[in-house]
Amino acid sequence: MTIRHGLLALLTQGPRYGYQLRAEFEASTGATWPLNIGQVYTTLSRMERDGLVAPGEQDEQGRVVYSITDKGRAELERWFATPVRQADRPRDELVIKLAMAMTAPGVDVARVVQAQRSATMRTLQELTRAKRGAGGAQRLVLDSMIFQAEAEQRWLAHCEAVLAASPKEGA
Amino acid sequence: MTSRDPDPDASADVVARLVEVTRQHGDGAGSVRALKGVSLDVAAGELVAVMGPSGSGKSTLLNLAGGLDRATSGEVEVEGVALSGLSAADLAALRRRRVGYVFQDLNLIPSLTAAENVMLPRELDGVRTARARQEALAALEELGAADLADRFPEEMSGGQRQRVAIARALVGERRLLLADEPTGAVDTLVGDEILGILRGRADAGAAVLVVTHEPRYAAWADRVVFLKDGEIADAAEAGLVSAR
Repeated sequence: MTIRHGLLALLTQGPRYGYQLRAEFEASTGATWPLNIGQVYTTLSRMERDGLVAPGEQDEQGRVVYSITDKGRAELERWFATPVRQADRPRDELVIKLAMAMTAPGVDVARVVQAQRSATMRTLQELTRAKRGAGGAQRLVLDSMIFQAEAEQRWLAHCEAVLAASPKEGA
Repeated sequence: MTSRDPDPDASADVVARLVEVTRQHGDGAGSVRALKGVSLDVAAGELVAVMGPSGSGKSTLLNLAGGLDRATSGEVEVEGVALSGLSAADLAALRRRRVGYVFQDLNLIPSLTAAENVMLPRELDGVRTARARQEALAALEELGAADLADRFPEEMSGGQRQRVAIARALVGERRLLLADEPTGAVDTLVGDEILGILRGRADAGAAVLVVTHEPRYAAWADRVVFLKDGEIADAAEAGLVSAR
């Protein structure tokens, strides 16, 4: 579970308050993955239960500093050492939309594909614009999203070529 | 900014304009129309990318915009000058003075240093050597490549060579920059760097038209035009740019 490991990684730099963890998490991932403070505290209390973090004393404002335990460090080490598996992707709406556009009568598939290409290109333009000002971790996160949008563009261009070569029956 | 009001300054800002341009190869039954009635403006400060499968007319469009080829019908204007009315000699002069080209194979001359490569088009244009060198060094400096001036192409990386090629395309007073697959076979980091340079030229006031088949590079543009069978199929515009 990634929020948990992300927080553990941040805690290796020293003890942190929950609100600090949230801000640092977002700074690292370029705010592409916003966390709410509730998620942070829920995750921290579960990790405390599992012995991965330990809370310090409450300060006068009732805030608690968390630090990583030895068990937490071991868990983090294991996480970094384990490659991420290409997860079973949730059903992709775009793929289903195109499959249905091919199947359903009276739908102009080429038009659906072109509309998606323009929309994905706009996303790619926005990501590229954001990347120009980004450095470090943020830049890598944006790069990842750019590669994903690019893959979708290439797939759509491929769909277009396939459609041109063998148009939908009845079209 | 996003209105389409007839702004008197807007048309003066258009550096390259294609109006209903058609390019036909051959006559009669065997003729092929590479471009079919395409209209496109590229303004100063704007980066426009043209995407499309091979054979869609991308390179034809670029060559027509730069006066390397002539339209069968329609009109191409560069900085307000209609190319159809120009003699071959005048067209050649306009190409030399107003338009810069960057191609996939960089075409730097191996026996010349970076500075000498950049000087070349100016010298061919009759500019004296001392002034041509001064302009070349200024162009290299602008692209952050001043330290490459005395290096030969084989002593440079792919990204550095492309930087020099872009300096050569822009030396003098050329405001229209045309790039045909400028990223060639370079890796994505260098490709991004090349597009970053072209983007920088546009931000500094040049009109830049880039042909690419790679979405990641097209994404640097203010406007992306999709070409299909010689026609504009669609266009994607970045959110913050005024509509044109």
